Amino acid sequence: MAIEWYLVLSALLFSVGAGGVLVRRSPLVVLLCLELMLNAGSLALISFSRSIGNEDGHVFALVVMVVAACEVVVGLGLIVAMFRRRLPLNIDEMRELRG
Amino acid sequence: MSATTFGWLVVGFPLLGSIVIALGHRAWPGKVAGLIGTAAIGAAFLSSLGAFAALLDQPIEERQLTSALWDYGSAVGLDINLGILVDPLAVVMCLVVTGVSTLIHLYSVAYMGSDRGYARFFSYLNFFVFSMLLLILAGNFVLLIVGWAFVGFASYALISFWYRRETATKAGMKAFVINVVGDIGLVLAAFLIFRELGTFDYLTVFEEARSQFDTNDGTVVAICLLLLVGAFAKSAQIPFHTWLPDAMEGPTPVSALIHAATMVTAGVYLIARAHPLFELAPTAADIAAFVGLATLIVAATIALVVTDLKRIIAYSTMSQIGYMIVGVSIGAYTAGIFHLMTHAFFKALLFMAAGSVIAAMAGRQNIDGMSGFRRAMPFTSLVLIVGALALAGFPGMSGFFSKDEILVFAAERGGMYWIFAIGGYAAAFLTAFYAFRIGFRVVTGEPCDEARELERGHLVHGEHSNPATGEKEDTEVGFPGPEHHIAERAFPMRVAMGALAVLSIIGGVIQIPGVSAGMEHFLEGTFEESELFHIVPSEGSAYLGLLAGGAMAIAGIALAYLLYVRRPGATLGLRDRARGVHDFLFNRWFFDELIDAVIYRPAIRTGRFANEVVERVVVDGIVNATTGAVREVGVLVRGAQSGFVRAYALLLLGGFAALALYFLVVSS
Repeated sequence: MAIEWYLVLSALLFSVGAGGVLVRRSPLVVLLCLELMLNAGSLALISFSRSIGNEDGHVFALVVMVVAACEVVVGLGLIVAMFRRRLPLNIDEMRELRG
Repeated sequence: MSATTFGWLVVGFPLLGSIVIALGHRAWPGKVAGLIGTAAIGAAFLSSLGAFAALLDQPIEERQLTSALWDYGSAVGLDINLGILVDPLAVVMCLVVTGVSTLIHLYSVAYMGSDRGYARFFSYLNFFVFSMLLLILAGNFVLLIVGWAFVGFASYALISFWYRRETATKAGMKAFVINVVGDIGLVLAAFLIFRELGTFDYLTVFEEARSQFDTNDGTVVAICLLLLVGAFAKSAQIPFHTWLPDAMEGPTPVSALIHAATMVTAGVYLIARAHPLFELAPTAADIAAFVGLATLIVAATIALVVTDLKRIIAYSTMSQIGYMIVGVSIGAYTAGIFHLMTHAFFKALLFMAAGSVIAAMAGRQNIDGMSGFRRAMPFTSLVLIVGALALAGFPGMSGFFSKDEILVFAAERGGMYWIFAIGGYAAAFLTAFYAFRIGFRVVTGEPCDEARELERGHLVHGEHSNPATGEKEDTEVGFPGPEHHIAERAFPMRVAMGALAVLSIIGGVIQIPGVSAGMEHFLEGTFEESELFHIVPSEGSAYLGLLAGGAMAIAGIALAYLLYVRRPGATLGLRDRARGVHDFLFNRWFFDELIDAVIYRPAIRTGRFANEVVERVVVDGIVNATTGAVREVGVLVRGAQSGFVRAYALLLLGGFAALALYFLVVSS
């Protein structure tokens, strides 16, 4: 199969993820959407890797998965902490960084 | 054992004593700390004698022995080691320092008996002796500087020994600061020596200097002048002399040991040690001699009017060191070192006697209140008179031979050097007068109240107060102890004073023109290559000098007798008639004020300028401008920081999208 379809799928996934990050307010969903974006990136990497014919892309994809796992740990930890301190689970209300 | 082994022992014993006393300073009962200290210095004295004997076994040309324990630094062109040089000059100095120190330690065992800082005192005192011996035995300029700085610290610690007395702590700081100025001179001299000659080792430096420098070469003159800065600061010569009178705030044994007999003669030793350099730089040597002459005259005139007993003796010390500086600078090495030795004897003796008198006066030091102690304290009075006679240079006493030898040598060199002989003899007259100003006022006359009390058998115990300001004090640690000790009752003090009195009388026999020349023969091992060393005044001129010196001494004593014994109170009339002169002398030639005006106040003013203009306007201006600019920019861009995570995400994505579009457009 031609590489274009993989890339289209990857772009679609990425757009869905990005759209989710931009429009949703629940931190949990934002986190899910971030995962989608990461996986879209991984898909693109592997596609290119298969199409060019060397294995470097696979290695990168593995690294991205590791980073994603770490990110999920931190992100979920934050969300649990927010929940336990009874903070509103709404990222628009967490605005302490306002300048 | 070889001489160098003894040399190491000489340095080692006092260090060991200091450490042992310090480690157990809470545990030592009674007088144990004092006895340990005295024993350590006594052992060092015996080791010095051993070194002396070992050197005598060597032929004269081989009496400069070096020994090094280890290297500090040994790299390309650099050789610094923990090495000593044992030669006749060092051994003579060691004998004087350890001998006098032993006696002063013995005296302190009783004198400091009731002080709450007893062990601390002896630890400091032993540390001082260690530093002084390190300074003397050092085999290179680096170790010399180490000893030099240690000695400065020990002096500071002991001047400020009564640390709750504000006058004492201030005097300590003054001494330390002025001494550090001297240290800087010494360090710079060492740098210069290393740059020019590539070594710090004494013997190599002197040998190299002889081949490398012409006479009065600019570099060698600069080196000598820098060395002189160090020597003058340590030996209290003009203009670095103002710390010495203030140093009298320390306990009396400290004044006797450090500020009379040993430390302040380090400058004399330094000039004698570096004599090959000074002979290559006659200009610097002449400058040193003139400074010495000025100091000896200025100090002698101040000693005529000061009323604090210890300060009179302090000015006398400055004056006598002036003689030594003149001596070693004009090439009278034997005479200079000889005078250093006899001066150590009689000046330590005078301070000890003064300490005994001050104790009898319950801590007061003003001689205006003292009189008639001859029946109350016959022993102290006797040794005080012996010390004064030796200081005055009364015929037959030790000071008589040593002082005149310097002056006769000056006359022998002739020409310009006559000035030193004339000035020296004039000051000898003043010396005799002020020596007996002390002697007669303390010993003769109607007994004062304290003397009467003592005759009846009890020591006056006045209220404890600072002798300088009259402030009330208690007797806890940091102030003098409650009991006073006088030589009449304390056995160790009597022994120490008796021994020094005998030495003050007979100390001159080792070097009498035409009779004996022990000092000269022994010192030849150090100075044999010096041309000036071999100038020996003829016997006739030497005896003519002794005659003149004796006449000066007797005339001075006679004048003092006339003014203080025959017509007591005559000096008051004299003071009123010559108010201006008296005030000028009493204010110490306004040297303190001069230094205040020339150095202290401009420094303060510069500091204030730096604070008000450089710091507040320039530096703060730059800093404030930077922070202000950052703050202004921050205000401008603050709006972008909305705090909405989604807004940030949008910016991020938008930015990347824009970048990607841009590259697409550019590449296609």
